[in-house]
Amino acid sequence: MKLVIGIVRPEKTNDVLEALYRAEVRGLSMTRVEGHGGELDRVETYRGTTVQVGVSDKVRFEIAVSDDFVDATIEALCAGGRTGEVGDGKIFVVPVERVVRIRTGETDAAAVTPVSA
Amino acid sequence: MAAGQIDSGDTAWMLAATALVLLMTPALGLFYAGLVRSKNTLNTFMMCIAALAIATVCWAAVGYSLAFNGDAGFVGGLGNAFLHDVTFAPREGTHIPHLLFFAFQATFCIVTTALVSGAVVERMRFGPFLVFAGLWSILVYSVMAHWAFGGGFLQAHGTLDFAGGVPVEMASGFSALAAALVVGARKDWGRQAILPHNAVYVLLGAGLLWFGWFGFNGGSGFSTGDASVLAFVNTLLTPACTLATWFVLDVIRARQVTAIGAATAIVVGCVGITPAAGFVSPGWAMALGVVAALPSYAVIMLRPRSRVDETLDVLAAHGVAGFTGILFIGFFAQQSWNGISNGLVYGNAAQLGHQALAAVVAPAYAFCATFVLLKVMARFTRLRVQEGEEGLGLDIVSHGEEAYATGEGAILIPV
Repeated sequence: MKLVIGIVRPEKTNDVLEALYRAEVRGLSMTRVEGHGGELDRVETYRGTTVQVGVSDKVRFEIAVSDDFVDATIEALCAGGRTGEVGDGKIFVVPVERVVRIRTGETDAAAVTPVSA
Repeated sequence: MAAGQIDSGDTAWMLAATALVLLMTPALGLFYAGLVRSKNTLNTFMMCIAALAIATVCWAAVGYSLAFNGDAGFVGGLGNAFLHDVTFAPREGTHIPHLLFFAFQATFCIVTTALVSGAVVERMRFGPFLVFAGLWSILVYSVMAHWAFGGGFLQAHGTLDFAGGVPVEMASGFSALAAALVVGARKDWGRQAILPHNAVYVLLGAGLLWFGWFGFNGGSGFSTGDASVLAFVNTLLTPACTLATWFVLDVIRARQVTAIGAATAIVVGCVGITPAAGFVSPGWAMALGVVAALPSYAVIMLRPRSRVDETLDVLAAHGVAGFTGILFIGFFAQQSWNGISNGLVYGNAAQLGHQALAAVVAPAYAFCATFVLLKVMARFTRLRVQEGEEGLGLDIVSHGEEAYATGEGAILIPV
């Protein structure tokens, strides 16, 4: 099992969700985050105050999947999230020690397999 | 009071009414800003604020003159261009100074220009919008204001339009449809749910619009006389009935009364009574509130299922409701209330003909003129932002500001 963490542009969120749905990846969490990944800073001006804003809004997906689904998940995140400009985001894949489905007590691979499957 | 004299009561009311109408433009900005996504809040608001600048300047330069100088059929002359001869002497047909008459009419031009922006928010470039706003205020608003208010062919022909069913409501609504078609849909249109980001702004905006509308309709009699009082009171009655009707329609459709529906209903009711305000009895004004809700509600339900991204439903709220109001006069105008003319129900079928003429030519001219204007502009400049910029949001792209800036992660740049 792996936890796939994908950080993408907020405006690509819907495209990513659609791509994940098509890849039959159903379980996920998402959070609004702010971060910096090498894109150009924006300059904003409010009356006399000019500031350089170094962080951009992003959306962070966390998706726990069984090993067979890792590549499909990564492909979906790339396909949905890519614009080709700097700032498209990153994907991190980390090993998961244990997963428990709270409702049934199922563990590991069974816990990350969607109910209908 | 003899002609050619200033009445202090009339003048005092018209000074206040002018200020009331001016408030409608920022109120509309608030209404529109709440209806878009948070990343486009400021850009949407700024399109209305821009009208305060651009439309006022254009109106003072030539717009007012084209609308109100002389009584040629299609468009006025240039005798009052750059406020030439617009002084303290009373405006013909009123007992208020010509200068004040100009200012009151200017606020109409401003809010109407701002209305059209609702069709193109979230994707149009700000620079080209400024150019469009200026040209539109002259080529469409001033011309149609001349037809209905300035002695043009509709007014000469006997069409009744108290406060702007022709130049304000139908002009903005059908121009919005044309603008949406030329500029094109937002990139996310039809692909994902695009929801209003702050319904409280929308409700407050609608409330302030209603408040301002008392000056808009109540001032369109240019006096403190019966017509003004009737228009003022009808501006209370019609929107209230539209609002109640909207509640019922919402309940029938989805068993819940919606807040954004309520805000829309207030606008639809105010628009519906605008042309009819000083011409129909309070009882018929209440009936108009019910009648006006129906076609606008239908268009608001059907339009999002079409491919036309007329984003903030200017056509449904203004074009269609203005059309309803203009025709309503043809049936229910009552000489015992307005002192001018009866409608069909009171035995004067000809009035319905005059109203029908306006209901045909006004939408046709507004649509065609706006369509051609934007098509010509598109030959010289890009009307839309690029797709990536549209994704990022126009607040940052066009203005370098955010509506909800936190300051986190922002580094001060020393001057």
